[in-house]
Amino acid sequence: MFELLGIPPQAFFGQLLLGLINGAFYALLSLGLAVIFGLLNVINFTHGAQYMMGAFGAWMLLNWLGVPFWVSLVVVPILVGIFGMVLERLFLKKLYHLDHLYGLLLTFGMALIIEGLYRRQFGSSGQPFENPIPGGINLGFMFLPYYRAFIIAASLVVCLATWYMIERTKLGSYLRAATERPDLVQAMGINVPRMVTLTYGFGVGLAALGGVLAAPAYQVNPTMGANLIIVVFAVVVIGGMGSILGSILTGFGLGIIEGLTKVFYPQGSAIVIFVIMAIVLMIKPAGLFGKQK
Amino acid sequence: MNVSATPASSAAVPTAAAPSVASGRNGLLLFAAFVAVMLVLPFFGGYPLFLMKVLCFALFACAFNLLIGFVGLLSFGHAMFFGLAAYVSGHVVKVLGWNMEMGILAGAAVAAVLGLITGAIAIRRQGIYFAMVTLALSQMVYFYCLQAPFTGGEDGIQSIPRNKLFGIFDMKNDLTMYYFVLAIFLLCFALIYRTIHSPFGQVLKAIRENEPRAISLGYQVDRYKLLAFVLSATLTGVAGAIKAQVFQLASLTDVTWQMSGEVVLMTLVGGMGTVFGPVVGAAIIIGMQNYLASLGEWVLVVQGLIFVIVVLLFRKGIVGEIADRFKRKG
Repeated sequence: MFELLGIPPQAFFGQLLLGLINGAFYALLSLGLAVIFGLLNVINFTHGAQYMMGAFGAWMLLNWLGVPFWVSLVVVPILVGIFGMVLERLFLKKLYHLDHLYGLLLTFGMALIIEGLYRRQFGSSGQPFENPIPGGINLGFMFLPYYRAFIIAASLVVCLATWYMIERTKLGSYLRAATERPDLVQAMGINVPRMVTLTYGFGVGLAALGGVLAAPAYQVNPTMGANLIIVVFAVVVIGGMGSILGSILTGFGLGIIEGLTKVFYPQGSAIVIFVIMAIVLMIKPAGLFGKQK
Repeated sequence: MNVSATPASSAAVPTAAAPSVASGRNGLLLFAAFVAVMLVLPFFGGYPLFLMKVLCFALFACAFNLLIGFVGLLSFGHAMFFGLAAYVSGHVVKVLGWNMEMGILAGAAVAAVLGLITGAIAIRRQGIYFAMVTLALSQMVYFYCLQAPFTGGEDGIQSIPRNKLFGIFDMKNDLTMYYFVLAIFLLCFALIYRTIHSPFGQVLKAIRENEPRAISLGYQVDRYKLLAFVLSATLTGVAGAIKAQVFQLASLTDVTWQMSGEVVLMTLVGGMGTVFGPVVGAAIIIGMQNYLASLGEWVLVVQGLIFVIVVLLFRKGIVGEIADRFKRKG
């Protein structure tokens, strides 16, 4: 069938795989954005910068201290998460009583600062990062590098674990309750401000984890986050931020669609997600999984 | 739904900025003084190219402020109107040999059409979503400009000739060009001022303060928002087109999200929802860029710092804070 369309199956499945990998990052990042937005009502513009910090964190640990990739995979998200919590305590906290737009502007400013500092330190060109599991397996219709398969599996596991934690555990039930009525939850004796800080740290940690995973797949580059975050915003608008599973599904789905566009209409691959966003807004303004307030 | 548990009183963004300083006689005096200063500034050491740049961005910021300050819509994609208008006006002047005024009109017209399309999509969501949607749409325009044949890709459209104005006036002289740009700026500024103080502007403010109430009073809120969006896009287009004519260059820089961020910064620094704020903000940011140009990547850091400081410490912006001071005294 592919031969009929003039597309070799290798290219087709290759792009499909790349699409799935992009989708894995879209899912991780939009999940973090959704969790943060749910409780803080802040759209975290710094998310892209924190993703980039994750990638650079792994790079710095490896090149400066010789820390292996697998350790970074655990340590870096925690470090960047703590950094996020400090930002929340110092700055974001002061804006909760104001219009949500101020949170957006503040995090935008923080993103500029972080990106500017990294660009000054590392320049705008990318830094290479060694693949921790080289090699791959020939599936007959395509070649599957091990690391790429690992990205998809890791992202899926983390996304589903997050879903389980929020929807099925006691801690998650506090979180969901605080999303609805923070004042009532506070009255029940739960420390909501601390929960807010931890939630922000968790969302930021997810972004950093995405960054660490991305480091061997793409080059480590100060601008990698800024380019990604705008697409992730579109993904969030398409999915709506109402449901966790919705974010995961939308992320992976859009990655695949983007990959397929690269096969059939390469010129359109950069804008296909934005076009889908426009169409979804026409038909279902609240997003595919969102609830209109 | 915010943590401090005051769900009913989430103040809209620009309400803080009081009714502008520039209402009534004071405003008129201030405006007259501004015009007088701008008229003579080139003879007192004002470098025309720099002044024209400030005026272009001041118009850009004023057009942006029309949305955030008076309708409460934060557009994070205004660079798409600015940049596309610059490309179109550069193209028709350089390749088709149109007169300068036709070039500017063409840029504005294309920005208006783009504003109508993107506005119709974006106003379907409010608040934060509106910002994200406009950002995404402008990124789409950016990729279009990157690939479209007439924009020249990474090079942009360079050495756009300064064609004769109305086929008569020679615009190669920077001083002549300056007075032309100043005239257009004042015209557009007056138009914005008129709009804000018209019944239409009152309805816009009502939407900003309390949208459900405006709806319940029978206003077709979406139409008002769309009209304001198109007006803002058109004026932004004028600013972009002039910029292309002044600097004889239209490039990808004008369409990037960084450009959208810059105009937000100018308006924020000057004061959202004030009449003169965006002009002051544009002058400060452009001036700063001029002096800090040698610092390279630090410019990004400095801009980010200004964002953080203004949002945390003086949200009303310079003009807004000054206006507040005066009111407390009076």
